[in-house]
Amino acid sequence: MAKSDPNAPKRLAIIASKGTLDWAYPPFILGTAAASMGWDVGIFFTFYGLTLLRPKLTAAISPLGNPAMPMKMPFGPPAFQQINWPIPQLIMANVPGFNALATTLMKQTFENKGVATIEELRNMAVELEVRLIGCQMTMDVFGFKREDFIPQCEIGGAATFLEYAADADVSLFV
Amino acid sequence: MDVLKEDRVLDCSGLLCPLPVVKTSKAIKELSVGQILKMIATDPGAPPDMEAWSRQTGNELLLSTQEDGKFVFYIRRTK
Repeated sequence: MAKSDPNAPKRLAIIASKGTLDWAYPPFILGTAAASMGWDVGIFFTFYGLTLLRPKLTAAISPLGNPAMPMKMPFGPPAFQQINWPIPQLIMANVPGFNALATTLMKQTFENKGVATIEELRNMAVELEVRLIGCQMTMDVFGFKREDFIPQCEIGGAATFLEYAADADVSLFV
Repeated sequence: MDVLKEDRVLDCSGLLCPLPVVKTSKAIKELSVGQILKMIATDPGAPPDMEAWSRQTGNELLLSTQEDGKFVFYIRRTK
């Protein structure tokens, strides 16, 4: 529906450019919330964000380069869970499996607090008819094929997204 | 105030943003126009979010209150 229609719903256009667990959340949270408010929503998945359209989600987190990320434990007594462990980046970078550990701890924390998983949010987005657009150029660069992505997404390029975003009330780059 | 009588209860206790909004939106669509949904949440972000959701969707937030330490909302489907 074009924006020239006065009865057209509000529109949210998001570019999702990052594929880590922490950066996967904002596009899906905002997209599902806006769609729940009756808005039209389109998300353009480009560069590392494109991996969020793979059937099996493998989004992980890295404390590296995230110096403000709290390192907290999702188990134990409340006082223990409140401790922000001061682990130097140099150690994070050099201990094998550290990212896997951090990812496990973050997912457990999210689950404990009642945050939906990325899988759940993506399913909701599909159900709410959010337009999920995979970036063709990124597919070409990284050697992906159409069947590498969920069937509910469409594939397009910059012009596809821009045409949609031209009529958006809110545009975000994540 | 008249006692509000809900047609359906949706318990979003223990769920964080955006789940109360998403689940409320889904539940309200399953009611008939004029019917009332009672939604219960524990997320402190729910009261401002439900007000915004109500303004954006046009569904009427009849009451936003607290009961037994939880946030309780009565919403009438308007369209």
